Amino acid sequence: MKVLALVKNVPDSTATIKVSDDGSGIETKGVKMVMSAFCEFSLEAALQFKEKNPGASAEITALTVGPAADVSVLRMAYAMGVDKVTHLCDDLFKDIDELSTARVIAAGIKDAGFDLIFAGKVGIDYDSGQLGPALAQCLDWPHVGAVTAIEWGADFKSATVRRRIEGAEEVVEIQLPCLLTIEKGLCEPRYPSLPGLMKAKKKPVDTMDAAALGFSAGDLSREAAGTYVSEFSPPPPRPPGRMIDGEPVEAAKELVRILREEEKAI
Amino acid sequence: MTKDVFVFVEQRDGTILPGGLQAITAGSELAGKTGGRVVVGLVGQDLGALADKLDGSGAAVTYLTDDGALADYNVLKYTRALVGQIEKADPQIVLMASSSMGRDLAPRVAIRLGGGLATDCVELGLDDAGTLVVKRSIYAGKATNNVHFNASKIQIASVRPNTYAAPEGGGSPAERVELPCAADASDDRQVTKEIARTGGGEKDVTEAAIIVSGGRSLKNEDNFKIIAELAAVLDGAVGASRAACDAGYQPHSRQVGLTGKTVTPQLYFACGISGAIQHLAGMRGSRRIVAINTDVEAPIFKVADYGIVGDLFEVVPAVTEAIKQAKAG
Repeated sequence: MKVLALVKNVPDSTATIKVSDDGSGIETKGVKMVMSAFCEFSLEAALQFKEKNPGASAEITALTVGPAADVSVLRMAYAMGVDKVTHLCDDLFKDIDELSTARVIAAGIKDAGFDLIFAGKVGIDYDSGQLGPALAQCLDWPHVGAVTAIEWGADFKSATVRRRIEGAEEVVEIQLPCLLTIEKGLCEPRYPSLPGLMKAKKKPVDTMDAAALGFSAGDLSREAAGTYVSEFSPPPPRPPGRMIDGEPVEAAKELVRILREEEKAI
Repeated sequence: MTKDVFVFVEQRDGTILPGGLQAITAGSELAGKTGGRVVVGLVGQDLGALADKLDGSGAAVTYLTDDGALADYNVLKYTRALVGQIEKADPQIVLMASSSMGRDLAPRVAIRLGGGLATDCVELGLDDAGTLVVKRSIYAGKATNNVHFNASKIQIASVRPNTYAAPEGGGSPAERVELPCAADASDDRQVTKEIARTGGGEKDVTEAAIIVSGGRSLKNEDNFKIIAELAAVLDGAVGASRAACDAGYQPHSRQVGLTGKTVTPQLYFACGISGAIQHLAGMRGSRRIVAINTDVEAPIFKVADYGIVGDLFEVVPAVTEAIKQAKAG
């Protein structure tokens, strides 16, 4: 079976995010880029599928879309244990929206014969969550989003998965080929070993650019896209808070008085 | 393309999701600016009573795709039904709630219709040319940006829950347009087998108007009962920090923050939560924040509207008691 895991580089979640002076984006110079947390969950789910189901003879490919520097996320995927990596690599892919990214990936894997795709529920940079469902639609595949448990059916032709919704979990039976987006809680991502990281540097990267995928600069331009982003700004500051002093019982009474009488919040 | 705003109003088991109603309010504001009408869509089974409830919400037309095949949510069938409604309505703008269903459907619908999409929007408006422009929170709440739409394409956005109030009602009844369910055999490639309630039917953090969250300083699962008791007197939901969830005190479904849920309640209690960046990412959009912590230097006090420095094991039960007394008095 051929299994694909989508991975993406994002600024480290602990990094300081500074908006550029003209508001056109964020400063990326000196910001450490790492694999998005939900991509780690998704890659781990793919690796565990292979390890726990030798009968599936799975081959795991990791794929990313972006400029040359994003190869680092594929090296990390190699270090975690994938068999192959694909880089849809072009400067034209730098600022495209998620629906365009889905179309680019669909073109890139058209003839690859994948049976199963794992993606993160969202990227922790734009927190947008469009890519997985959009790619499934481009491929005319079924998908289940925010998966927290997977049970494989006979011969890996189907799966029964649980997906987290408001206050409940949906249990969904899905036929392959399919795409699953992974929620936190399904699995804990492994740490790559140091030798694994060293070896990953020398492994081959399958690369395709926009032209090879049939996209012109015009196809990927701002004018052709459904959306573009601008006017980045820091979050609005919250007004300074008010500290309530006193013994616990007194402070609690005062808090409740404020919330009832002044805020009318309770 | 008309100047109308189409709002998908999500329902499950005959109950309308609050976020779906809130999206109608957002839609009415936008339609006031486009010069078009608000029209709404319902997808499911036995929708008559729900359509009655939407009468007076401001919608001019209610599109109904009402069929036994749509009783349970199936992303393929619902995408097909929703695309059918939107093609019939031919709106400039499509809105829906940024719920688990909205997150599932919106990208598929956008690809099908060749439109633009922005998810989980916190402000919606029009630019000078009358095209949709929205504000979103990015990088775990460390920045925001605007998303501009292509004027020549259909403009689709999902709205963060609790960003808008539900419509006040009192408007005229909507015209009803029933559309057939055009389900295809290929839609049965996935089937919903069961909806398993988690958390004993308690409120989900993304839907609650009040959330009481606890951190690792609760020390164990059992101690979370003081958090649950405060949540209960407020008719709110229980939330937790990542540290508390990773330690197993609460299920991940209650985690608020970067790898958990983003919440925007009217009132958020952070009890024994220091306020790590990844937690603030999930709750800084709350209208009012109350922090209870022993450490006066804890970063949570920087975003809190009201703070009490003290031991949560003393303060939280005292707050619960004070609310009970206030309600009794």
